[in-house]
Amino acid sequence: MTRVLGAAQAVAYEPVIGLEVHVELATESKMFCGCRNRFGAEPNTLVCPVCLGLPGSLPVVNRRAVELVCKTGLALGCSIAHVSKFDRKNYFYPDMPKNYQISQYDMPLATGGAVTLPSGKRIRLTRIHLEEDTGKNIHGGGAMAAASATLVDYNRAGVPLMEIVSQPDLTSPDEAGEYLAALKAVLSYLGVSDVKMHEGSLRCDANVSLRPVGTQDVGTKIEIKNMNSFRSVVRALQYEIQRQTDVLRAGERVVQETRTWDEERGLTYATRSKEQAHDYRYFPDPDLVPLHLDDEIVAAWRAELPELPLAKRDRFLAAYGLSRYEADLLTGERTTAEFFEAVVAHCGEPKAAANWLLGDVRRALDKHGLTLDATRMRPEHLATLICQVRDGVVSGRAAKEVCEILVRDGRHPAEVVAERNLAQVSDRVAIEALVGEVIAANPESVAAYRTGKAKAFEFLVGQAMKASRGRANVELVRTALRARLG
Amino acid sequence: MSNKPIDMDIAHVAKLARLALTDDEAAQFAAQFAHLFTYIRQLQELDVDTIPATAQVIPLRNVMRDDIVTPSLERDAALGNAPDWEGPYFRTPRILE
Amino acid sequence: MRCGHEIREAVIRRQVSAEEVTRAALASIEALEPTLHAYLCLLAERALKHARVLDQRIAAGDDPGPLAGVPVAVKDIFCVAGEVTTAGSKILANFRPPYSATAVERLEAAGAIIIGKTNMDEFAMGSSCENSAFGETRNPWDPSRVPGGSSGGSASTVGAGSVPIALGTDTGGSIREPASFCNIVGLKPTYGRVSRYGMIAFASSLDQAGPMTGCVRDAAITLGAIAGHDPRDATSVDEPVPDFCAGLRTDLNGIRIGIVPEFEEHIAQSDPDMAALYRRAYEDLRALGAQLVEVHLPHVRYGLATYYLIAPAECSSNLARYDGVRYGLRVETDKDVYTMFEQTRAAGFGPEVKRRIILGTYALSAGYYDAYYLRAQKVRTLIKRDFDDAFTQCDVIASPAVSCPAFALGAKTADPVAMYLMDYFTIPMSLAGVPALSVPAGYVRDLPVGLQLTGPAFAEAGVLGVAYAYEQATGHAQSRRPAVMAAAHR
Repeated sequence: MTRVLGAAQAVAYEPVIGLEVHVELATESKMFCGCRNRFGAEPNTLVCPVCLGLPGSLPVVNRRAVELVCKTGLALGCSIAHVSKFDRKNYFYPDMPKNYQISQYDMPLATGGAVTLPSGKRIRLTRIHLEEDTGKNIHGGGAMAAASATLVDYNRAGVPLMEIVSQPDLTSPDEAGEYLAALKAVLSYLGVSDVKMHEGSLRCDANVSLRPVGTQDVGTKIEIKNMNSFRSVVRALQYEIQRQTDVLRAGERVVQETRTWDEERGLTYATRSKEQAHDYRYFPDPDLVPLHLDDEIVAAWRAELPELPLAKRDRFLAAYGLSRYEADLLTGERTTAEFFEAVVAHCGEPKAAANWLLGDVRRALDKHGLTLDATRMRPEHLATLICQVRDGVVSGRAAKEVCEILVRDGRHPAEVVAERNLAQVSDRVAIEALVGEVIAANPESVAAYRTGKAKAFEFLVGQAMKASRGRANVELVRTALRARLG
Repeated sequence: MSNKPIDMDIAHVAKLARLALTDDEAAQFAAQFAHLFTYIRQLQELDVDTIPATAQVIPLRNVMRDDIVTPSLERDAALGNAPDWEGPYFRTPRILE
Repeated sequence: MRCGHEIREAVIRRQVSAEEVTRAALASIEALEPTLHAYLCLLAERALKHARVLDQRIAAGDDPGPLAGVPVAVKDIFCVAGEVTTAGSKILANFRPPYSATAVERLEAAGAIIIGKTNMDEFAMGSSCENSAFGETRNPWDPSRVPGGSSGGSASTVGAGSVPIALGTDTGGSIREPASFCNIVGLKPTYGRVSRYGMIAFASSLDQAGPMTGCVRDAAITLGAIAGHDPRDATSVDEPVPDFCAGLRTDLNGIRIGIVPEFEEHIAQSDPDMAALYRRAYEDLRALGAQLVEVHLPHVRYGLATYYLIAPAECSSNLARYDGVRYGLRVETDKDVYTMFEQTRAAGFGPEVKRRIILGTYALSAGYYDAYYLRAQKVRTLIKRDFDDAFTQCDVIASPAVSCPAFALGAKTADPVAMYLMDYFTIPMSLAGVPALSVPAGYVRDLPVGLQLTGPAFAEAGVLGVAYAYEQATGHAQSRRPAVMAAAHR
C-alpha cells in the first residue's frame, strides 16, 4: 500500500504564537513587605518574616506596584478593573516561601489592550496581572538531576512581578522579537521596570502551535521556557517551529508539553514534570482585601503617562524631517529620544543631531562600554559641537575626535578643542602656505593633475588635510589649490 | 443520614498537599469524611445561584502600604531556624524535574 | 488570685510589687502544672526581668499602663521574639520567631507581664486541647475532663486562678468553648478588631485573638489594650477603639436581647439540663431590665458544613509553608526535595491537622471548587445576612455557648464529627465575623457552662456591658471554686 505522503508534505504550516512576559517592577520595596527590591545583593540579606513566609507574618500590598501595573495597562490601551483582587496559587516548590504564590486569577488589574508593532500591526493582549516573584534555586553544580542538593536564595522572593499575556496573534519568530522590542520600549518609557533580560527583570515564556496555512485550526500548543534574551526567543521559536513542522510532515502528532530552551545547544527539549496535572487550587487570599480603583485615580494615572514610543516617533517624523529609520532608532529608548530633543533644543539642527547620536556618539559609547544614561556628556555639549562644525570652528574630522572625548570624559567641547589645538584653520595666509608646501612636495601629482587626472586633485587635498592634522578648512584648501594650479 | 463514601481520590489529594499518608490513615480519613459529608451535603439544599460569595466579612478595600524600604533581617536571623544551610543559602535535597 | 484590674491597682499603689505578683503566679503555675499541663513553656526569667523594670518605673512615678504588673499567659500560637513558639505542633517544636505578635507587643506596652506560652490543639484545630503534640491539658474543675479547645491551656490556667488573664484565639469557638468549660470569660472580638500579625494562621478569614479572663472587666481592659489598627495586617480595621470599661453597666434597662429559636431547639435536643440552665439565664437577663425578643437565624444550621469547608481550605494553604526548608522539623532523606516535603509533613503534623489539610485541599481542587468552597462562601453570606437582620431587632443575642459541659478526656477523640459538633453554637458568629463572648452561667452536673452573648460588628462594648450586668447580678463564677484550687487549699 502506498503511503499518501505527498499530500502531507505539500501542506505548508504557519505558526501561531503567544507570549507571556514577566516583568519585575522597579519599586523601591518588595510587593508585600518593606525589604529592598534590588538585584545582585548578597544571598538572603533582603529577606524578612513576610517574604520568608515565617508563621504569623502577613502581606500588605505595595501601592506603587499597583500603580505601575495600571499605568502599563493604560499605556497599552487596556481596561483597568474597577474591582480587582489577589488570589493564592498553590503549589510546592522550594523557591516559594509559603508554597503558594500571591497572584491574580480571575480579576486581574488590566484586561484587553494591545502592543503595536512598528509595522502598525496590533498584537492583542489578554490581561496584565500583578503577583510576587519567587526566590532562586541554585543547583549544586552541573545538571539538575546530578546535583545532590539545591541551595535557595530568597532575595528575589516577593519582588513585584507583572505578567503580560498576549493573544496568539504573532505569526513569526521575528514578529515575536518585534513584539518584545516594542513592549520593552513602552516599559522603559514608563519607567516601570529596568527591563534587563540578562538580570531576569524581563522574562518570557512562549506558546507556539502550527496550523495549515489559511486555516483557523487550533494546533497542539507547546510552551517554551528558559529563554534569556530577545535573540533566544527568536531562535527558540525558529527551532520549535521547524521541529513541529518535521513532526507533522512525518505524519505524527505534536504532543502537548512544556519544553525548555537550551541556549548552548540551540534546541528545545521536553521538560520532565513529576506533577501529573497542575491543580493550583486558586482561591481569594484571605489575608488581603479587594482593590477598588475608581475613575478618579485611573484618570490621575493616565494624566501622568509620558509620550509613548510610537507617538514620539510620529512626532519626530513630522517635526524634525527625519527618516523613518532614524525616528525608529531615536525613539527606541526614552533616554535617547530625550537626549536628542535636548540637543535639538540647544542647536536647532535635528538632522545633524540624529547623525551624531546614531553615528559617532553610539560608536563612542560602545567603545567605552557606556550607555547614554551613564555618560557624563551633556546634551548641550553635543549641541555646541554640532554648532562648531556648522560654523566652521572645527572640521568634521576633528569633531569626531572631540566627540569621543565628550562621551568618555564629559568635558565641554570648547575646552577640548582649545586644549588639543583642534580649531579649524580658515586663515587665508596659513592655507596659502599649506597649499604651497603640498605643491612643492608632490610634483608628480601636480603634473598628473595638469594632464587632466582629476583624482590627483583629491590626493593633493588629502595631503593638505593630513599635513594640518585635519584642522584646515577643506573648502578653503580646495579653492587655494585650484587657484594655484590654474 | 447515611455515610455515603465521597468522590475523593485521597492519594491524589495527598500528593497535591505533599503529605505522605499511610494506608490506615487514608482509610480512616475516608470513613470520617463520609460521616462529615452527611452535614456538608446539606449545603446542596440551598439555592445560592444569585448569592455573592463572602471571602472576607469586613468591608475593607484598598488597604495598601507606601513603597518604603524597611530593614530586612540580619542573615543569621534569616537562616537561624533553617534545618540545613550552606554558606549564605538555605539547603534542600535536590529537585528532580 | 484576684482580678487583673485589682492587681494593677495594688501594683500601682505599691501595695505589692510586680515582681511579687509574678513570683506568686509562677509558683501557682508550677504547683498545678503536674495536674493541668496548661503550659508549653514558662518565660519565668523574662517575666521577672520585665516585672523588675516595671517596678522601677512605678517607683519613678510612671504609670506603665492599664495592665501594669498583671501576669498574662499567651497561647503558644502568638510569636514572642526569640522564644520557642510551636502552635502545639511537632513541626514547629524548635521554632524561635525573630519577631513578636502585635497583640503581644501591645499587651507588654500596656504593662502586662507575659508569663508563659499555653498549650493548645495543634494549629488551633480542635475543641478539647487533646490535639496538642505535647500532651493534653486538663480541666481545673475536674482533671479527668478536657479544658476545651483550642485555647485550652489559656482557659485552664485562668480557670485555675494561676493568672487573671490569658490571650487566646478563636476561629470557630476556640476562645468561647474552653472559657465555658473552665468557668471564665472569653471574648472573640469582631474580625479585624485585633491584629493577626505574628499570630500563627489557621484559617485567615476567621482567626481572631481575644481575651480569656476571670472577670468581665478584665476582658474589657485587655481588649482595649490589644485592639486597634495595625499597618502590618491588611485585614485589621481602622476603627476607633473605645474605652470598653465605660460601657460596663449594672442594669439592662432598654436593652433588647434576642433569643434564637433555632439554637433553643438544638440545645433542647442535645441536653435538657443545659436548656433549662439557659432558660434561667435568659430570665436573669429579663430581671435586669432587658426586653427579650425572638430573632431568627435560619441559616445557622448550615454553619458547621460551611465552616468545615472554608476553614480547612484556608488551612490547607496556610500550612503549606511547613515543608522543612526555612524553619521547623525536617525529615532527612537521600531522595529528592518532594520526598522530603511529604515525609516531613507526615511526621510533623498530627492526625487532625492532616485530616483538615486533606479536606481543604479537596474542597479547593479542580472540579470541586464550585460545589464545595464557593458554595460555602455563598452560604457564609446567608449566615452573615441572618445576623445583620437579627441585629435590626435586638442589641445583643443570648444563646448557649456549648451544648454540654466539659467532657471526659478521650471521649470524643475517635469521632471527629462529634468533636466538630462541640462548636455548633460558636461557629456561626465566626463565619459572620461578629463579636461574641462566653460568660459563666452556672453549673450543670457540677460543671460550669457559659452563656454566649453576641453583638453586631464592632459592638464589643455593648456585649461586655450585658455580660458585666449579668456577671455582677449572678456571681456564678464566684459561687464555687474549681477542684484544683480546693485541693491546693486543703
